[in-house]
Amino acid sequence: MKKYDAVIIGAGHNGLTNAAYLAKAGLNVVVVEKNDYIGGAAVTREMHEGWFYSSCSYVCSMMRQSIHRDLDLTRHGLLLVPYMGTVAFSDDGSKAFIDYPNEEAAYNELRRHSVKDADAMARLQADLGRYAQLIRKTLLRTPPDPSSFKPRDIKELLWLGKQFWGLGERELYEYIRFFTMSAADFLDDYFENDLIKAAMAAPGIIGTALGVQSPGSAYILLHHVMGDVDGNVGAWGLARGGMGAISNALASALKAHDGEIRTGSGVEQILVKDGTAVGVALESGEEIYADIVVSNLDAKRTFTKIIDKKDLPPKIYDRASNFKIRGSSGKVNIALSGMPKFTNIPDNRYINRGGQNYTGSLETMERAYDCWKRGRWSDDPFIEAIIPSAWDPTVAPPGKHWMSTFIQYCPPKLADGPWTPEKRDAFGQTVINKIERYAPGFKDLVVHAEVRTPHEIENEIGLTEGNIFQGELTIDQLLFNRPFPGYGQYRMPLQNMYMCGSSTHPGGGVSSACGANAAREILMDLKRPNTVPEDDFYDE
Amino acid sequence: MNIVAPADPELSSDDRFAGERLKLSPFHPRQAELNIRDAWSAWNGYKFADYYYEATYEYFCIRNTCGTYDICPMQKFLVEGEDALAMLDRMVTRDLTKLRVNRITYCCWCDDTGRMIDDGTIFRLDDNRYMLTCGSPCLAWLAKSALGFDKVTITEHTEQLAGLSLQGPTSFSTLKNMGVGDAVAELKPFGFTRVPFVGTELMISRTGFTGDLGYELWIDAEYALPLWDALYEAGEDYGIQPYGEAATNMARLEAGFIMPYMEFNEAPKTINFEHDQTPLELNLGWLVDFKKPHFNGRRALLEQKQKGTKQLLVKLDIEGNKPAEEAILYDSKGCRNQIGYVTSAMWSPSVKANIALAMIDTKALTGEIWAEIYHYKELRPYRKVAKCKVQDKPFWMPPRARQTPPGEF
Repeated sequence: MKKYDAVIIGAGHNGLTNAAYLAKAGLNVVVVEKNDYIGGAAVTREMHEGWFYSSCSYVCSMMRQSIHRDLDLTRHGLLLVPYMGTVAFSDDGSKAFIDYPNEEAAYNELRRHSVKDADAMARLQADLGRYAQLIRKTLLRTPPDPSSFKPRDIKELLWLGKQFWGLGERELYEYIRFFTMSAADFLDDYFENDLIKAAMAAPGIIGTALGVQSPGSAYILLHHVMGDVDGNVGAWGLARGGMGAISNALASALKAHDGEIRTGSGVEQILVKDGTAVGVALESGEEIYADIVVSNLDAKRTFTKIIDKKDLPPKIYDRASNFKIRGSSGKVNIALSGMPKFTNIPDNRYINRGGQNYTGSLETMERAYDCWKRGRWSDDPFIEAIIPSAWDPTVAPPGKHWMSTFIQYCPPKLADGPWTPEKRDAFGQTVINKIERYAPGFKDLVVHAEVRTPHEIENEIGLTEGNIFQGELTIDQLLFNRPFPGYGQYRMPLQNMYMCGSSTHPGGGVSSACGANAAREILMDLKRPNTVPEDDFYDE
Repeated sequence: MNIVAPADPELSSDDRFAGERLKLSPFHPRQAELNIRDAWSAWNGYKFADYYYEATYEYFCIRNTCGTYDICPMQKFLVEGEDALAMLDRMVTRDLTKLRVNRITYCCWCDDTGRMIDDGTIFRLDDNRYMLTCGSPCLAWLAKSALGFDKVTITEHTEQLAGLSLQGPTSFSTLKNMGVGDAVAELKPFGFTRVPFVGTELMISRTGFTGDLGYELWIDAEYALPLWDALYEAGEDYGIQPYGEAATNMARLEAGFIMPYMEFNEAPKTINFEHDQTPLELNLGWLVDFKKPHFNGRRALLEQKQKGTKQLLVKLDIEGNKPAEEAILYDSKGCRNQIGYVTSAMWSPSVKANIALAMIDTKALTGEIWAEIYHYKELRPYRKVAKCKVQDKPFWMPPRARQTPPGEF
């Protein structure tokens, strides 16, 4: 029977990245995937004839350029196209705030809402830029273990310390404060205008079970703006052909290095012998043996679902059970027969199809969060939408459109009993109804809608509770604390077992960083030369 | 030999500055509407867009949807008569006798010492009828080249013929939607065809300067606006967008195409000795056919070919992400021995690579190549010495650029 050097569980983008690097280093690898398609949450699926949805993740800015370049993903079919012209609508629909790509136009637009805020924006961007610069440097580095005395950990701790001290003493305090702040408190220091605050706060709640007023949401905001497209920090892009193009390019790179992918091969259990992972048993009963087992599943799922409790140190099982991975987001993918007409924004092709935020105040965001806490979705949810078909000619028929909407908040468990198809559709209708308020006639354009609550996301993609980050991005679960203190370096309590998903540093987002960092650690343990880029070269 | 090129009419305006204003392209009324940033520069006396909305956006239209680029300021000459072929074949380094009707060739022409004057394309319109296009004015050189060829008429018709380049993956879909899909579907790269259009004739060539799927549309200047309107209506759902010099320069560099005043100086306009280039130095040896009968510069080029060029233009993949603009190249990280210089450089947003074209001492090509790069961060200059790798193939060369018939990409 064939034995592999490594088996990777889950063909999401980090699993594929990890496998590609191991294969590139000469290892004989296989990726096993429960679904019949690859990509996990970075996937494109034709859910309605002619319409190709990025079913889960829908925009990209964290993808590490050094990995893109190193794995030659462009040659493997990947083109990342920046989009622009994000619009935020006020709650009553009477105003819109447009984030123009042109600096002068953006300034003039800000002045129409608040002259003071127009000036404050530059300060906010500089402060965020400073914080982002520091965090960005850590993305493609394995966090140091602060309790270890290994030279490498000490060296890395010193490096990290140096980066922090490089901020200057005053900024250092600001930064530490920033990590524990709420997005609302953070923004109050800059802006007076509700709509501008709401527009800037949006990244602070996306994907998290925190509200704009919750401590820690400022960091979530940073996590969403620290990415870049070709060095434009904060810019976001679309993958031509949908997010599946990223996974497909990674899979193509993997195959070019003779790696294997087996779809329709869900893992029942990680096989353990004397505390060492030795392979996986598939749901089909087949067993695949490998020297190394890498899980791309989230930490909770990995340790509570596919490992026998007896094989684990008891503490780890508890840690995993209590791992903060709360579902909070929904997704509605909408096929449209034409371009919607929005009130209060001009019919300008550059700005009426980029990102759209349908929540005009922090108050409305917080009220939507209150609903989530009570186990129901809000009648007036926060929606971030984008019309990718307006940028990408390959995802909908000509003249037709696909709108991706991301909804905050949507509870994984409802107060009034389990999710049903009826409740799911009612949630979808809530979203469509809200957009109709800002774009009269929108409903008549709807050809098809794919509604995804945390229930669908968990069941189809395998993300516990449908949490898009594979675990909350709060300071207790970041850097060397991710997923658990003591296990921040991709090695897990079983011998020869690793994790490579977003439950590890640097966390959620289609960055490929977790998968690449894990591969670097594995190669180090195997005493093989490192083939994984060390740094994101944008921050030299 | 007959040269037809009446001087431009006198300005008869009351405008005191009329003589200093730039000429307007036949597409100008539409382009001005879309140039909302007023980002104008100039080309051959014409007002010319540097960009319209945003350079990066327009660049991505070339790679992701489609865009149009105004090539009206490009110089266009009709060369006609029994001696047309002989005259042109004597002038350019490529064998023109192989060029069939309805085909186009990319070529260059040199002075007696083999130094390049310009590059351009020659269309064979008919048996004894050719069109030459190039970036810079060239009539004086054409007239010199036609000495001794009695039966040739050269007509400068830059202003009479409007040209619009349509480039990008959805360019074919756009043309199809405009109703000319059947005519262009079988068009191979460097082929052209003519289709009836609003009572006149529209010439469509499968050419471009982006390395991607694309076409160039040629029509009498008076029909320029109807062509624009039809094209933009057809391209609305295919992301059509005008692009200017900035995006062109990015796309052409990814495709590995040379640009005047970047990679080469036109020989007649160069002051310093050998500060111009030969096609062999520009790595355009494939354009020089020593098997064909005599052509201008042949002897010098043959000699250079036998001796080998001192310098060679190459494509570089440079580590890091800081564009090596104006960088000097060395044979070691210590930067002591200079071996060449970068002619054009950029971060390629599609390929995610730090790319450049560079002129390097041929002998040094076998050794290490290091670029000394200066870049600024918040007013402070930083110096970086980055390792370079010579790359043989263009950075951007998608199969769709050559696929015939093209798909709906």
